[in-house]
Amino acid sequence: MNAIIQFTNKLFKHGLSSITEKNSLNIGNYDVYAFNGGVHPPEHKSESTKLPIARLPLPEKLILPLRQHVGNLPKLRVKVGDTVLKGQILAEAEGNVSAAIHAPTSGKIQTIDDEVIPHPSGLKDLSITLIPDGIDKWQPLTPIDWQHTPKPELVAKLRESGIVGLGGATFPTHIKLRTDGKSNVHTLIINSAECEPYITCDDMLMRERAEEIAQGIKIVQHILGAEKCVVGIEDNKPEATQAMHTVGESYGFNVKTVPTLYPSGDARRLIHLLLGTEIPSDKRSTDVGIQVFNVATVLAIYRYFTFGEPSISRIVTMTGAVQQPQNFEVLFGTPLSHLVKAAGGAHKDTTHFMMGGPMMGFDLPRADVPISKAANCIIASTPQLFAPPPPAMPCIRCARCADACPVNLQPQELYWFAKSDNFEKARDYQLFDCIECGCCSYVCPSNIPLVQYYRYAKSEIIAIDKAKEAADMARERNDFRLARIEREKLERAQKHAERALAGKEHADVPSSKNDDIKATGDDAKKAAIAAAIERAKSQKATAATSGETPKNAAPDNPAIQKEIAEIDARRASVGLVEAENSKPTTQADDEKQAKIAAAIAKAKEAKALAETSKENIAEANISNDNLATKPNATANADAEKQAKIAAAIARAKAQKAAADASKQQNDIEKK
Amino acid sequence: MFTALFIMLGLALVIGIALGISALVFKVEGDPLIARIDAILPQTQCGQCGFPGCKPYATAIAEGRADINQCPPGGDAGARALAELVGVEYKPLNAANGVEKPKAVAFIDEETCIGCTLCIQACPVDAILGAAKHMHTIIASECTGCELCLAPCPVDCITMLPIAETPDNWKWKYPVFPIKSIPIETSNNNTH
Repeated sequence: MNAIIQFTNKLFKHGLSSITEKNSLNIGNYDVYAFNGGVHPPEHKSESTKLPIARLPLPEKLILPLRQHVGNLPKLRVKVGDTVLKGQILAEAEGNVSAAIHAPTSGKIQTIDDEVIPHPSGLKDLSITLIPDGIDKWQPLTPIDWQHTPKPELVAKLRESGIVGLGGATFPTHIKLRTDGKSNVHTLIINSAECEPYITCDDMLMRERAEEIAQGIKIVQHILGAEKCVVGIEDNKPEATQAMHTVGESYGFNVKTVPTLYPSGDARRLIHLLLGTEIPSDKRSTDVGIQVFNVATVLAIYRYFTFGEPSISRIVTMTGAVQQPQNFEVLFGTPLSHLVKAAGGAHKDTTHFMMGGPMMGFDLPRADVPISKAANCIIASTPQLFAPPPPAMPCIRCARCADACPVNLQPQELYWFAKSDNFEKARDYQLFDCIECGCCSYVCPSNIPLVQYYRYAKSEIIAIDKAKEAADMARERNDFRLARIEREKLERAQKHAERALAGKEHADVPSSKNDDIKATGDDAKKAAIAAAIERAKSQKATAATSGETPKNAAPDNPAIQKEIAEIDARRASVGLVEAENSKPTTQADDEKQAKIAAAIAKAKEAKALAETSKENIAEANISNDNLATKPNATANADAEKQAKIAAAIARAKAQKAAADASKQQNDIEKK
Repeated sequence: MFTALFIMLGLALVIGIALGISALVFKVEGDPLIARIDAILPQTQCGQCGFPGCKPYATAIAEGRADINQCPPGGDAGARALAELVGVEYKPLNAANGVEKPKAVAFIDEETCIGCTLCIQACPVDAILGAAKHMHTIIASECTGCELCLAPCPVDCITMLPIAETPDNWKWKYPVFPIKSIPIETSNNNTH
């Protein structure tokens, strides 16, 4: 029933939106398009906005995990013991979706080993440990004149910058900025809603660095070719909104305030809020000409193009149960314990630290994990702040989760399917549209950790899909192998059959019925032999007169020719042939001879082929059997193959000889 | 009355033609049941089922020559899926065919390998690289973990390594409710 009501509601709303602009619901005084659901948990933002952004002193060591972004691991460019400068590339982007890692300060690479990374799994992963030398010396920086550089070049540069989406999703930025001609982005949305409780890093950034952000917006707009830009800020950040408004007027972008409602900071929710456009679930925002950037990412882009500074630090909100919650500019790789210390230390009853907000974040495995590109907020958690969840009760199907779901899913159904491992059904109910915002868990009267079930089901489905892909590949490889074995067997059988046939023919030839052909063949043979003898004689004579080393000329027989090429090659390798002559000519000679041999072999084979096919035709005629054409074709293929092999062998030999000769020459020169 | 008759006849004719054409256009090649059974099988090509590969086993199931519980790599879930597809009663895995093991890949100790190529010939998916009298190595991403290379190796240099859990293949676990919260060691470090 509930679903039907929702559906009619949606239908009604959409019907209106297509006709008039009246669906821009006025919530309070805001001119935004409201989305369904959402929750409003206690904000807890004021604690960390009392002090300005502070710079963290250099820690004793920096641990830089290679896995700090979505996509492929970057490729290492340094080794243990290397001394690096600040901003030097440590690992370069590998493949399309990947981001580089740079040295956050100057120092020495101590180890490259598996370390615990800030990941919900708590597993170890490859990380670079850098010991700062305290000098903090930059490598020479090269700002980029973005106004006069072609866009593809700018995107290629961004690939080296290591900049990823700093809102927490860590998607490599250069992918989002790709301008391959197909992009028709007309609107750039700057996401500074920062809807999740506790997090204030974007808020503080806008308060303090609005001018730089505006410059960054200009650059991104230029690369994307977006005429319009809208900055979306939640109404719980009046100072930031004011600051952005002031610069927005001179830079020509629009600042829109959205009501504080979690998860308005989700890209698709924000697009809906600001523009009233709903992105289809199987499409991306760029498909409808909209691209969303986090405000901190834009600032990083500005710093990279204007000063040449790669992505080496970010603003992190250190809040929760610490003495002095504050925002810090933290170098990537800084151990969390260092940050906690800077915030005055954690309260005694701190049980663990959370990365990200309380809604979507996860518990960190240890207190010394490094700060990565995804770490927008660290919350020291105590039982007072985050009471352990009360035991989950059975689902009563009240559908409050459906009312709260901002993606208009049916969380109660998804829960049912995920719990019973009914993954196909869960997929059918659009599990992968779930943004794991946690609104459903937040409102659940039975305290069911719904998002945990969805995450479980999602990762199981992904694993199943991967296994399926691997199985498909294995099937393909197995099929190919079986086909190959079958083909080889056939080829072998054919070769045997052919050899048997050839032997028979040989035996048959003397007793051939056609005496004329035989006679002419014999005559030709005799003539050829005579000619050969003649040639040999004349050659001998010339050789004798010129006093040259005996050298084989090119006779007709390709087999002999090959042999000669071989002998010549061997001679060349021991330096016999024309030792007094310059080596290159020998090589050239050898090569030439080999080529000639190959050509002759080919010609001979072609001739043989023609003969065999003639025979085959004759056979076919005699037996009137159409099947005879098949051996004919195979004979063709076989003869061709043999010719190719002969040619290849000759080539290889010539090459080897040449290589040997040159090597020898080198040796001689050395001596 | 005749109008109705003609209409019915005409309809029958039109539908008949349409069905006939669609039967030709959408003709199904091969036995779709074998392909569907094959799609469920894990494609390990290990032969533990008693058939020389997954496809022969799929064919045997389709023809009723084999049971659905002979594939240890497919596991219990595979047997269930097969039972549902073929429409027979689910049976637990037949222990005679082997037991379900965690997925592993073969690893060649390259120090010991003598380059005999026996394992290359045994590999059903061409996942071993090497040549006569040259060291062999496994392409781990292609290895199905069928263990067929273990037996032919004359120097026993191949071992099966279970696939380790990395942040890449790590999965969110099924939610379990802790009885009590466990104090974490970090609480001591942060007092100062």
